[in-house]
Amino acid sequence: MSVTARPQLSHLRALESEAIHVMREVAAEFERPVLLFSGGKDSIVLLRLAEKAFRPAGFPFPIMHVDTGHNFPEVIEFRDRRIAELGERLIVSHVQDSIDAGRVVEETGPRASRNRLQTITLLDALEQNGFDAAFGGARRDEERARAKERVFSFRDDFGQWDPKRQRPELWSLYNGRINRGEHVRVFPISNWTELDVWRYITVEGLEVPSIYFAHRRPVFERDGMLYAHSPHVELIEDERPFEVSVRYRTVGDMTCTGAVRSDATTLEGVVAEIAATRITERGETRADDRVTDAAMEDRKREGYF
Amino acid sequence: MSPGAATNGHVTRTKTSELLRFATAGSVDDGKSTLIGRLLFDSKQILVDQLDHVVQTSERRGDGYVNFALLTDGLRAEREQGITIDVAYRYFQTPRRKFIIADTPGHEQYTRNMVTGASTADLSVVLIDARKGVSEQTRRHVYIASLLRIPHLVVCINKMDLVGYDEDVFDRLVYEVTDWAARLEILDITFIPISALHGDNVVDRSSSMSWYGGPPLLYHLEHVCIAPDRNLADVRFPVQWVVRPMTVEHHDYRGYAGQVAGGILRPGDEVVVLPGGRRTRISAIDTYDGEIEAAFPTMSVTLRLADDVDVSRGDMICLADDPPVAAREIEANVCWMGERPLEPGARYAIKHTTRSARAVVEALEHRIDVNTLEHEPADELGLNQIGRVRLRVSSPVLVDPYSRNRTTGSFILIDEATNDTVGAGMVVGVA
Repeated sequence: MSVTARPQLSHLRALESEAIHVMREVAAEFERPVLLFSGGKDSIVLLRLAEKAFRPAGFPFPIMHVDTGHNFPEVIEFRDRRIAELGERLIVSHVQDSIDAGRVVEETGPRASRNRLQTITLLDALEQNGFDAAFGGARRDEERARAKERVFSFRDDFGQWDPKRQRPELWSLYNGRINRGEHVRVFPISNWTELDVWRYITVEGLEVPSIYFAHRRPVFERDGMLYAHSPHVELIEDERPFEVSVRYRTVGDMTCTGAVRSDATTLEGVVAEIAATRITERGETRADDRVTDAAMEDRKREGYF
Repeated sequence: MSPGAATNGHVTRTKTSELLRFATAGSVDDGKSTLIGRLLFDSKQILVDQLDHVVQTSERRGDGYVNFALLTDGLRAEREQGITIDVAYRYFQTPRRKFIIADTPGHEQYTRNMVTGASTADLSVVLIDARKGVSEQTRRHVYIASLLRIPHLVVCINKMDLVGYDEDVFDRLVYEVTDWAARLEILDITFIPISALHGDNVVDRSSSMSWYGGPPLLYHLEHVCIAPDRNLADVRFPVQWVVRPMTVEHHDYRGYAGQVAGGILRPGDEVVVLPGGRRTRISAIDTYDGEIEAAFPTMSVTLRLADDVDVSRGDMICLADDPPVAAREIEANVCWMGERPLEPGARYAIKHTTRSARAVVEALEHRIDVNTLEHEPADELGLNQIGRVRLRVSSPVLVDPYSRNRTTGSFILIDEATNDTVGAGMVVGVA
């Protein structure tokens, strides 16, 4: 950051500054915050913002990953390396443990996914650790329900979001008052778009998991989307795996995250493809949002990210 | 710019672009959703799946037109009832600027939502239906924009196609709004004749209104000068967080982190830490990317001080010769957002910059009729009402008049029983 003749921040630096402000407010006003990390690009940006907010000290909160067991191996490898570099504390909550404990029942069949089950694992982990604020990398441009969610998103003691009872958010004054058992999800990059995230990754020189770049992978086509051929997904009769050059726009479970055909092997290439795209990231690659018109809202009400 | 000038309205290799936040308010009838849809669509920000969704849903509902309101109205209850519940945020970008639109509904919870959207806005877009003229709602929009001191106001006279693109209609409305707004403090007002439905003067210049010499709306949004809107005169740095690594490497490091709320800070500046009043110097301004030579609003930075003074969250670092007022009693305009009315004698939690305290309502001096701007005596302030109150605060708050600084002049009131944010306050003065 350098000071120009005119004291006006570029839009990326203005967004960055807003996010740092939000993170420091949370650190100051909550007893036990946690940063939710998925290994995806948005939470990679959150880690950099936390460095900007708190260095040279350590983060005043641990990092938590909800591992469905169906994650891309490249992402898990990246996660462990990145957290080690940062020297911060990582908590991993496993959906498998929730299944083993009988808290949730595994879906079966070719369309089975653990995506929905992770809500319970997350809520249990928040409660067990006594976390009262959880940072997430959600953005308002992702989805219609998210467009109306606050930066400080209040959750009741069942982890539920009530879109009609949100607190007004004025100026840069955030109301973090809660009762015991309740918590707040905090979204510091609410006002960023997908392109902002990629531009930030580029200017900051951040590493992202290799699956964000074009690579050859065996995939199969279902409902017009390309999915990774993996042991976690049963194929339906006519589905035949084939190999093609793809990259991922979002990082979720292998079972519900689609790939896009791409030849972009560099950050610049990815940014150029995204700038030229005509489909939103969740529309293109997330089966979990296609279930109903209000799929995201319904999951959020239950306590999803 | 022409809509096809850049790929998808973005430019891949931008130098630096600025951020402009603007608020729009009103109902579907004004053509507000059509206008936003038009801005997003003509600047290529609506993507294929979003447009498909809107077209399909419009057909299913039997709207008879492509209802752009469906782009922003995403909640189940909204689609079922055909209403907008809340402030929706939309984003678009041109080569010059990134825009954040706070889109607020015109009916239910009107004032509450508009005030929320307006609190962070650099600019407000108010729509007037050219056939109907200035309505009660127009006056409320303009009043709230002035109360919240949004630096720039753009009045779009919409549906010009339905009045034959008549210059006289436009001139009459400009006169009417200007005449009424003369009673308010409005810093910058611009009028643009448009047709959101047909796209006249939205992104592209209209060929039907050659009498209009000004720019289309998007051009104005891209070029309106926002840099001088921040207060660069009075240094205000509310301390948010103390950075103390306590590691071997950074054993003696102590930094005071926060977001600059006013003025320009430089290493070497003589400062005072309030409310304590200890004087010291800024020894360095740190960021993750290294030390910097100056910090200005709204940068988030970490200050190091020359002396070992006691500084904690809630303190404010200012230039020694230009401090804010440390006040126990403040006069403020309050917009009420709570279900239970504000009453004299009631107690609330108050949050002002990074400082929290308790406040008691000493007096409700008057209520403001947002249609007539008359001050009327009142016993209480109900939901969506605005009034002047006098508050006594449990510990001094370091305030400036809201007219001087939107950050150090604003506060929120919180109901301690429900934890809800119930009031938005703007400091007028200290008692």
